[in-house]
Amino acid sequence: MLEALGYQFIQNAIIAGVLVSFASGIIGSLIVVNRMVFLAGGIAHTSYGGIGLAIYFGLPLFFGASLFACAAALLMAFVTINQRDKIDLFIGLIWAVGMAVGILLVDLTPGYNVDLMSYLFGSILAVSRDDIRYISLLLGLIVVIVFLFYKELLAVSYDSEYASLRGVNVRFFYTLILVLSALTIVVAIKVVGLILVIALLTIPIYIAEKLSSSLAWMMFLSGIISTLFTLVGLTLSYLYDLTSGATIIMVSALGLTSFLVYDKLKGRQRF
Amino acid sequence: MSAISVQNLTFAYEKQIVLEKISLQVKEKDFLAIIGPNGGGKSTLLKLILGINKIQKGTIKIFEQEPSKKLSLIGYVPQNTNINIDFPIRVIDVVLMGHVPIVNLPKKSFFKKALRWRDEGETACAMGALGQVGMEEYAYKKIGSLSGGQRQRVMIARALCAHPKILLLDEPTASIDVDGQKQIYDLLKVLNKSITIVVVTHDISVVLEYASKVAHINKKLTFHDVSYQANFQKSNGHFCEVEMMQMLGAQKGCSC
Ligand SMILES: Nc1ncnc2c1ncn2[C@@H]1O[C@H](COP(=O)(O)OP(=O)(O)OP(=O)(O)O)[C@@H](O)[C@H]1O
Ligand SMILES: [Mg+2]
Repeated sequence: MLEALGYQFIQNAIIAGVLVSFASGIIGSLIVVNRMVFLAGGIAHTSYGGIGLAIYFGLPLFFGASLFACAAALLMAFVTINQRDKIDLFIGLIWAVGMAVGILLVDLTPGYNVDLMSYLFGSILAVSRDDIRYISLLLGLIVVIVFLFYKELLAVSYDSEYASLRGVNVRFFYTLILVLSALTIVVAIKVVGLILVIALLTIPIYIAEKLSSSLAWMMFLSGIISTLFTLVGLTLSYLYDLTSGATIIMVSALGLTSFLVYDKLKGRQRF
Repeated sequence: MSAISVQNLTFAYEKQIVLEKISLQVKEKDFLAIIGPNGGGKSTLLKLILGINKIQKGTIKIFEQEPSKKLSLIGYVPQNTNINIDFPIRVIDVVLMGHVPIVNLPKKSFFKKALRWRDEGETACAMGALGQVGMEEYAYKKIGSLSGGQRQRVMIARALCAHPKILLLDEPTASIDVDGQKQIYDLLKVLNKSITIVVVTHDISVVLEYASKVAHINKKLTFHDVSYQANFQKSNGHFCEVEMMQMLGAQKGCSC
């Protein structure tokens, strides 16, 4: 077991797992308290269009996916702000169209046979040093923004109507949250895959929300809980030679179940 | 000077006209009670004054200026205080949101504030506001663990926290117990010595005991100065709204 830590790719996987856990913990908390989970799902799926685009034009995958995801985020921000009643239809639409565009572009690329599985379940064992550098940068950016604008983000998330009365630029912060979500989701898809992203953005965050009495705590705790799930999942997948993404999901689901049972039996502790 | 001046305001959601040709002057230090049936447009009027709903026809001025320029002078207690109950936030942090935000501060103190996250002066002031509504012992409880009436008190504290010149309250005591209501209206009465108060209510005893003006809104507006309130028989205690409206209706032709 311990000798595994000597391998570069295992080290990279662990570092990437921790970084992604904290990024998704912070951003996921914002997504959940703003009730944007469906939007985040839309962005995640739409980003596949960007992967197709990048493959077709021979661009870096990260770049293509981030571009598409950010465009989707901006579009969604625009639509949710201006046309709240049609938002479900709209998300469903770009969700599907994004994926379809991706698949068609991959079809049209001569000789390229992309592995849809690695998009769905990620490739945490294939994370490079460059990937890690990019993720660290993104996490740093997120932390700085949240630190400087915590009050505004809190006000917009809790009661956007009142925040706008107090002069907070609600549209700006709403859009900012969506764009940061897009960037985080793309990184997380690369590492843990689309399916696990949705799990990471909901399971640890749900547990953290119940245990926290402030948004800041919720963000921090979500990061810790995801890290725990990710590392335990990785270890088990190494020991028993299982698919890492699926193992992490099962660990998270088990974690959630035990939490719910514990919560029922014991009453909660609050931080 | 008029604190709030509404001229010829007409407003519709989609195609349904909700307010029609409303004109209303609220003077400084008035205590205006707005009454009217459910769906009459009371909340809509407040949201227009606050700029939450966009004006379609007519004008609204706050201290003779565009409302958007004077928002920091207005405190607001919304009708629905049950939003986001699961949100992980403590009472004191909700009240602190009432403060005028850091975006309006000069650059230097912006960074100071942003980095310190919390200012002791602001916290003390928020605690004071909670004290005024009798909620300071709940300051560090999660908002979702309070009862509906307690949450309503917290929302009032949040509005007070901004030290407003005008306070708009939309049925602020709808789920507050009898003692609490009296406590809050007595507080409003004290505040009214220096600020303007507009309160939407279905409780006629409030109109009788505290208000200096009353406006009845049901799409259209009937406006009254209640300095003649001595005419009502206060000793009876509670009036029902229908009676009150009949009385207002009967006096429609009066000179106020
Ligand atoms: N967001 C909205 N979209 C469409 N119609 C609305 C909206 N808000 C209110 N209405 C309609 O406008 C009318 C006035 O509503 P408003 O909330 O102003 O009434 P109110 O006088 O505050 O009533 P209540 O005493 O029940 O609070 C109602 O007929 C309502 O159906
Ligand atoms: Mg109302």
